[in-house]
Amino acid sequence: MRDFWRLRGQALAIALVIGSGLSVFIMTLGAIASLEDTKSAYYERYRFAHVFATVKRAPERLIGRIARIPGVQTVEARVVEEVVLDVAGLDEPASGRLISLPESGRPKLNDLVIREGRWVRRGHPDEIIIGEAFAESHGFSPGDSFSAIINGKKRELQIVGIALSPEYIYTIAPGALMPDEKRYGAFWMGREALEAAFDLEGAFNDVTVTVLRGTNVDDVIDAMDTLLDPFGGTGAFARKDQISNWYLDGEIETLKTLASVLPVIFLSVAAFLLNMVVSRLIATEREQIGLLKAFGYSDWDVGRHYMKMVIAIALLGVVFGYIGGAGVGRWMTEIYAQFFRFPFLLYRPDPGVYAAAALVSVVSAFLGTVTAVRQAVVLPPAQAMLPPPPPLYKRGLMQALGLTRVLDQPSLMIVRHISRWPVRSALTVVGTALSVAVLVTSMQWRDAIDHLVDTYFFRTQHQDVTVSLSETKGVRVIDELQHFPSVQTVEPFRAVSVRYHHKTVERRGSILGVPPEGELSELVDVDSNPIVIDGDGLFLSTKLASILGARRGDILTVEVVEGQRPTLRLPVSGLFETYIGTPAYMDLRALNLAMNEARTVSGAHIAVDTNYETALFSGLKETPAIASVLRRQSAIDTFNKTMAETMNIMTSFYVAFACMLIFGVIYNSARISLSERGRELASLRVMGFSRGEVSYILLGELGVLTLAALPLGCAMGFGLATVMSTAFDTELYRVPVAIQASTYGYSVVIAVVATLLSALVVRRRIDRLDLIAVLKTRE
Amino acid sequence: MLSVTGKATPDATPASALRTVGVTKVYRTGDVEVHALRGIDLELFSGELAVLLGPSGSGKSTLLNILGGLDSPSDGQVFFRDRELSAITQSELTRYRRDHVGFVFQFYNLIPSLTARENVSLVTEIARNPLKPEEALTIVGLGERMNHFPAQLSGGEQQRVAIARAIAKQPDILLCDEPTGALDSQTGVVVLEAIDRVNRELGTTTAVITHNAGVADMADRVIVFGDGRIVDHRANENRIKPSDLSW
Repeated sequence: MRDFWRLRGQALAIALVIGSGLSVFIMTLGAIASLEDTKSAYYERYRFAHVFATVKRAPERLIGRIARIPGVQTVEARVVEEVVLDVAGLDEPASGRLISLPESGRPKLNDLVIREGRWVRRGHPDEIIIGEAFAESHGFSPGDSFSAIINGKKRELQIVGIALSPEYIYTIAPGALMPDEKRYGAFWMGREALEAAFDLEGAFNDVTVTVLRGTNVDDVIDAMDTLLDPFGGTGAFARKDQISNWYLDGEIETLKTLASVLPVIFLSVAAFLLNMVVSRLIATEREQIGLLKAFGYSDWDVGRHYMKMVIAIALLGVVFGYIGGAGVGRWMTEIYAQFFRFPFLLYRPDPGVYAAAALVSVVSAFLGTVTAVRQAVVLPPAQAMLPPPPPLYKRGLMQALGLTRVLDQPSLMIVRHISRWPVRSALTVVGTALSVAVLVTSMQWRDAIDHLVDTYFFRTQHQDVTVSLSETKGVRVIDELQHFPSVQTVEPFRAVSVRYHHKTVERRGSILGVPPEGELSELVDVDSNPIVIDGDGLFLSTKLASILGARRGDILTVEVVEGQRPTLRLPVSGLFETYIGTPAYMDLRALNLAMNEARTVSGAHIAVDTNYETALFSGLKETPAIASVLRRQSAIDTFNKTMAETMNIMTSFYVAFACMLIFGVIYNSARISLSERGRELASLRVMGFSRGEVSYILLGELGVLTLAALPLGCAMGFGLATVMSTAFDTELYRVPVAIQASTYGYSVVIAVVATLLSALVVRRRIDRLDLIAVLKTRE
Repeated sequence: MLSVTGKATPDATPASALRTVGVTKVYRTGDVEVHALRGIDLELFSGELAVLLGPSGSGKSTLLNILGGLDSPSDGQVFFRDRELSAITQSELTRYRRDHVGFVFQFYNLIPSLTARENVSLVTEIARNPLKPEEALTIVGLGERMNHFPAQLSGGEQQRVAIARAIAKQPDILLCDEPTGALDSQTGVVVLEAIDRVNRELGTTTAVITHNAGVADMADRVIVFGDGRIVDHRANENRIKPSDLSW
């Protein structure tokens, strides 16, 4: 206990490092657990479906047959349509998804959480329930209204309720990357009203089912596809591929990656620091140990004494970790919960996580110090009571290099001391470098996202607006778009839903047909090399190719799930690298030809004179066939905003923790050097060296080590970022490693400031060196 | 109380190197007050070799620390030549140690990471008018072992390096605190010879602390301490060579 008090500064610094690691561990695992719990409970309570499918138009009687598929529990058929909205105060058209509600009772599946207002009433076709995010971003409340182009007719819709849905936690427009609350939303209307509006009386175009526990979902999907294909089914898919759920899982995965890397770094550094401190403590208490053993204390007693102190430090760290982890964890989870708009939050800190955290830190502290304690334990008493032999220095390399001639004696002391304890010096360098690496890794996200945005939005997309049609149309529609005011260029595209088959792999996807001479949507790979789309083959993103196990030259079987539903055999003509999604491209004409259809398009990229954008938008709002309008700049803004919300939270935590790490390493190294060399430094002071000159020797060593650590840390940061980027290699996006010089710069500056602060604390101790006491004692 | 200021040697009036007037030192640890020095009046003359004799705890080390500018008195004045040390700042005291004082301690206090020569260079690099490190080491008889690290030297050799380091800057005053305390008598004699030689050849004012009465005969003057006071002092008619000391 007394040792603990004497070492309180260092003990505190180490406990903080342990605490930081555990905080990250507890808060991320806590957040993951509670997000997963909340998600499951939300899904369960509001009966989120297991399998989803869309068809062109299927008769009501098909529902009975779906319900008879073995394993199917509940079936709900709906009418779901994309529509363009005209909302006051928003120039560009918003778009949304209209989802039908049963005429009586609550939905059997995918129930709503009514946050405000009420359900729609039968016989009131203009009543609508809107998603909370959309409502908030427009300031809508029940009683307000807005208009929508429903099947070509403009209709005024009355908001009666505001709701949340487990199906639209992430409400993402088709083709968009991120939710845009202002411009895309989910809306619910009565079934009859929707059937009437879209000429689907007695039919449905969307079906969702839940399955019994223990059912193989893939079998259900196959059975559903068999039933639905004749009615224009685009392929049923499981909950894991449902877009909202998929994004949510992706977010949770991201947290898991973070939870696995950083605590390991913190705890290994803490173990090293403990080892350093305990070794030093044992060196100074050598004689006492000998004495204790001479009195008859056993090796075990002595070992236990030191282990107790180590455990005390580890436990203090655990306490810090609990406080930080629980407090910050709750806060962080709430931020996420708000972001996802969960109707409730289950935050039940898992005692297992806390127990694991305590165990992990005590074990790593134990492993870190066990060798040092062993040294104390095995010393024979007689030998322990003698002072340790003075450290033996050698001339050698430095002499050979002629360094001894160039350097003044204090500098020589620095260099000799570093090279005398190479392992410890190296570990100090590595510890500091790890802190820098954590800084670089935390701060490089911004760069990665910037680079991703730059590549995705600026290098490859030159359109201002992308228009999607509610159904495919003849190429003539392009001419019509061309005649809108302010339009400069229009380029068509054709998106085709397909199922890829290659060897044993089957996968849903789409092919985008584009004109080979296209200028607006230029295809470039991650290195900005243009991709020339020609011939009648497919150009696959490398991610899609690797999922399919396809290589250039392979022939893919492509089952088209719309139109005449041909099955095509298409060669892979080229591969290209992308950061986002798993796209596949083809020459528009070749695609039309292969589909055995006239020249049809499903949408267009448009370049406009941005000064007159508004005119185009008001025109588009009135146009029937349009399902959605995506404005590039809005997409970029949303992307950045969403990223900033989630990233900045994490980043600032990690920067704070990295600073603690640096402080822990530097402060401890300095304190240990000071305790080992207090005598030397005092001797120098006696000889008339000033405080500054003496500080130079001690802090100069730290300076040299920090200096060595900086480039190493930057390199390790790059490595860590690469590892992280591999971990983030999902189908949705790949995070590029594109660290800017300024990120290295900031990391280095933060590291240097943290080093200076710790040096300052130690410097105060040098100033207070008790010259007389030091000189009077034997080492 | 016995005062040792004023003329003590029979020769013509020598210059005063260090002088104390009524110096007291009280250490407070908690509620306990320890009176280490209870009014010391002492003068050290330029070029003399004085031995400060006394049992441990008699205050001689405290006085040496005050004379060397490592500590300041609770009361009274200390003069180096005409300068009052008891009135100057910490950094001026550092300056004073750097320019005028050489220390030798019982436990050598060499820098283990530097060779003998480098340990001496440490001082010569910051001194105004230093000897060459090699010269200083030759004076103490270590010209041959300059490139050894402290760990490769015997205790006596290490102490002689410490002496070389202390004198290399040609200090006005050499203060030695139990320089032979950690050494056997044979080795101790070699060390004392080195100190004696420095005093004679360079004329450095030298004060040697010891609790060993046998050492006293090598001095010009002997000042005896007891319980924080000077209890006796005497001048030796003839300094005896260290090798002839009976120990």
